[in-house]
Amino acid sequence: MELLDMTAVSLAAAIRKKEVTAVEATEAVLSQIEKSEDKYHCYVTVDREGALAKAREIQKKIEAGFEGPLAGVPVAIKDNLCTEGLPTTCSSKILENFVPTFSAQAVLNLQNAGAVILGKTNMDEFAMGSTTETSAFGVTRNPWNPEHVPGGSSGGSAAAVAAKECFYALGSDTGGSIRQPASFCGVVGLKPTYGTVSRYGLVAYGSSLDQIGPLCKDVADCAAIMEIIASHDLKDSTSMKRDDTDFTKALKEDVKGMRIGLPRDYFGEGLDPEVKEAVLKAAEALRDRGALVEEFDLSLVEYAIPTYYTIAAAEASSNLERFDGIKYGYRTENYEGLHNMYKKSRSEGFGPEVKRRIMLGSFVLSSGYYDAYYLKALRVKALIKKAFDEAFAKYDVILGPVAPTTAPKLGESLSDPLKMYLGDIYTISINLAGLPGLSMPCGMDSKGLPIGLQLIGDCFQEKKLIRTAYTYEKARGVFGGKGEEIYGKAI
Amino acid sequence: MENSKTAERKMAMANIISDETIEYVGILAKLALSPEEKEQAKKDMGSMLDYIDKLDELDTEGVEPMSHVFPVKNVFREDVVTNGDMREDILKNAPGEKDGMFVVPRTFE
Repeated sequence: MELLDMTAVSLAAAIRKKEVTAVEATEAVLSQIEKSEDKYHCYVTVDREGALAKAREIQKKIEAGFEGPLAGVPVAIKDNLCTEGLPTTCSSKILENFVPTFSAQAVLNLQNAGAVILGKTNMDEFAMGSTTETSAFGVTRNPWNPEHVPGGSSGGSAAAVAAKECFYALGSDTGGSIRQPASFCGVVGLKPTYGTVSRYGLVAYGSSLDQIGPLCKDVADCAAIMEIIASHDLKDSTSMKRDDTDFTKALKEDVKGMRIGLPRDYFGEGLDPEVKEAVLKAAEALRDRGALVEEFDLSLVEYAIPTYYTIAAAEASSNLERFDGIKYGYRTENYEGLHNMYKKSRSEGFGPEVKRRIMLGSFVLSSGYYDAYYLKALRVKALIKKAFDEAFAKYDVILGPVAPTTAPKLGESLSDPLKMYLGDIYTISINLAGLPGLSMPCGMDSKGLPIGLQLIGDCFQEKKLIRTAYTYEKARGVFGGKGEEIYGKAI
Repeated sequence: MENSKTAERKMAMANIISDETIEYVGILAKLALSPEEKEQAKKDMGSMLDYIDKLDELDTEGVEPMSHVFPVKNVFREDVVTNGDMREDILKNAPGEKDGMFVVPRTFE
């Protein structure tokens, strides 16, 4: 097997068995980056020297007896996760020159486990977008077809995994930003239960919705990465103490008796027929292996998007107040006084989508409209959570599509923001309810673009998702193999 | 409908975002928008709010606003310094720095 086709888990095993060194793996992936980065632009920053130095250091430690399930494996980090000494831009002009003095807890967890950080991946500016086109540093292209978007906002992370420009990546998911790009790029992505991965060092967008999670080649990688990054952290007051984060224990090929619900509303109008067929075929494969699959009505689906955009914009307008041109980030050159400096720095530093959401958020939080918009959305959020509670009284796992279509062409989405927001219909309510959601490839459409399957679990039920996903992955067999440049198990 | 007056006012807002509203929100958001950006913001906010008004179809009378999905309360920890002095590195990120301090524009005359 060619080195770059290895999963993170298999590469770590090969390093342990001395079949390959961490340095060789890092050199291989760096030369892949050099070869294909012009075409896809997955990264904002590649830390070539830092990665090689780290690889040499880890290799020595491994030879001296250091053990870790992913020790020595090169990883890419989304550019909204702080990395000490390495620029962290959120793909925004306002943070173009920002170098953090500390690392996100999830990044530290990886480093303590012996990870080699390759660089920082491109994203929609401040994670606001579904295509990676709102990046201030240029678009990322979908490795399956460079005329198409990789999805977003973790588009750089998903594309980097697909283009074999890393062995796995971290992303963040506020309304689908891990699952949807994973779906568009034919890789596996997981948004964990809210509070499972510390948000310390993640530049906040919608704090009550944000979670960090993996983008990777298969379900076994997903479980292994989750075991490393999940941790209780006093530096994140919403961090949850869990004693069930031994996720790899759930890698079992067994769904006998697993109750799987298919929400009718997830298969109705607006869903591309090819996506529908592939997702239903995946449900059939699970039924064939003993799962109890049935349709049900999950109510309130159409209210998730307006609820989400109210809450996310409100939180964003508050979180992004910190970018004022004083402590870090961009400051305008010409200004008259403090307030003029704030306003000009922010207006010149933020892109249009970020400004749009800050404006909306400021409005729904303003006095006179706070109750009617913001509190109303929080009330509907409670109803949405209740609808999921009722569903999970009957089902272990909810199964559906990740997105209504496969990856759109570049430039098709940004002209109509509302239309772009509608693409988040199947992913967004999971964030509102704090639930875990897993995205994995389940087929290809007639254009040769990957189709994603979404598995949703009740809070803290990642293991059920992993078990179901692992079983389906075995049933599905090899995926992809269309071209030599993109990751596919057939290659 | 929770409150018909609120609903009426919302209806009016969503359909016609006035120039004054955009000015006011611009102040809250600390953004200086160009005339073109203001026009665009009026259009975008109008269509988003029209869409958000869909939530009025739901009766939420008596439903508690849910800010957090888990019943977590304040989380306390000991007030102990765990990080070292990073002043120099932190100031490196500042657009204006002098004598170990952030430089800000004159705030009063």
